[in-house]
Amino acid sequence: MIYLRLFLTFLKIGAVAFGGGYAMIPLMRDECLANGWLSDAELLDFIAVSESTPGPVAVNMATFVGSSQAGILGALLATLGVILPAFIVTVLLVAALGKLLSYRGTRAILSGVRPAVVALILSAAAIMFLSLFVGIGKFGDAATFSLPSVLLFGFLVLVSWLYRRIRGKSISPIFLILLSGVAGVILFR
Amino acid sequence: MKKLFLLLFTMMKIGLFTFGGGYAMISLLENEFVSKRKWLDAEEFLDMVAIAESTPGPIAINGATYIGYRVARLPGAIFGTVGVVTPSFVIIYLISLFFRRFLSVAWVASAFRGIQVAVVFLIFAAALRLFKKLSKTPFTLTVFIAVTLAAVALSLFAIRFSSVWFVLIGAALGLFAYLFALLHHDKGDGEQKQAEDGGEGGAP
Repeated sequence: MIYLRLFLTFLKIGAVAFGGGYAMIPLMRDECLANGWLSDAELLDFIAVSESTPGPVAVNMATFVGSSQAGILGALLATLGVILPAFIVTVLLVAALGKLLSYRGTRAILSGVRPAVVALILSAAAIMFLSLFVGIGKFGDAATFSLPSVLLFGFLVLVSWLYRRIRGKSISPIFLILLSGVAGVILFR
Repeated sequence: MKKLFLLLFTMMKIGLFTFGGGYAMISLLENEFVSKRKWLDAEEFLDMVAIAESTPGPIAINGATYIGYRVARLPGAIFGTVGVVTPSFVIIYLISLFFRRFLSVAWVASAFRGIQVAVVFLIFAAALRLFKKLSKTPFTLTVFIAVTLAAVALSLFAIRFSSVWFVLIGAALGLFAYLFALLHHDKGDGEQKQAEDGGEGGAP
């Protein structure tokens, strides 16, 4: 049953996603591909919308995927699933176990989780870059370069690097999304 | 009761005006609940941030739940969390209703092909930013490199292996390294300190 599946899948994602929005993307990608809910390209579209609207990216993604698969009830259950673990853990921590965080064991666990999470985010980006812009989805695929995509990627690297050099802070993601939208209309017409 | 609804509406306001996820929201929460309403003191607020960073789930949810609980126990936690997600839920639901039709317009589809490039770039950038903040010890670097290579290789060979397992393996390795250091007491002290300093996770 799709409702139960959405709820349980997002419950699982919510329970193991340490470190906020982007940490959830590799997990979300795995589950959505495995369930056949989204393709890589659709996933990126959804991330773009989630990033450009208010609210936590992870929650927005859950609402979006839930709604696309099973309407309003699907959206509600996926959203509930993704926030429930954080809600329960936080209530337990403030209510009873506030000291747990300072335990060395907890910190030791996090010292292994953090590099794994960063590695997963990096590899998700690398895998999507390869499959969408170079055409290599699995080993042995012949490369079919999407030159405009690769050029646009290089352009974005340059723009954000220059912005950081000149303004001394990171460029707004929403601005990059808008800029790429305009570039897309020109490049992919 | 009045406090609960005040909490609900304040959280809705924060949920409506936070773009770009957790860390943007932390500054809004601080401004609203520590500086303006004084429902929390600065130290408690820092505890909240530490909890939000070291527990699973979106930072904004951890934050809203924590502050809600502090203000009015369990009902407060529920009102705070519901408040913070409601605005984005409504907005995303409305967008999702017409998104596929919107994408079938030719120039919109072209725009989104460009936007997909930007999103891959943003994910790369997030990974690099988090890597910079990671405390780099031989242990964390080994886990980082091993997981990166394994995740890319498994995907290229089309072997299904959920990222969930990598997170759990990371947790187990962290715990093992700590226990190992405890057993080799004198040698382990240094490693233990580094593990405690542990870098911050988190997204923009």
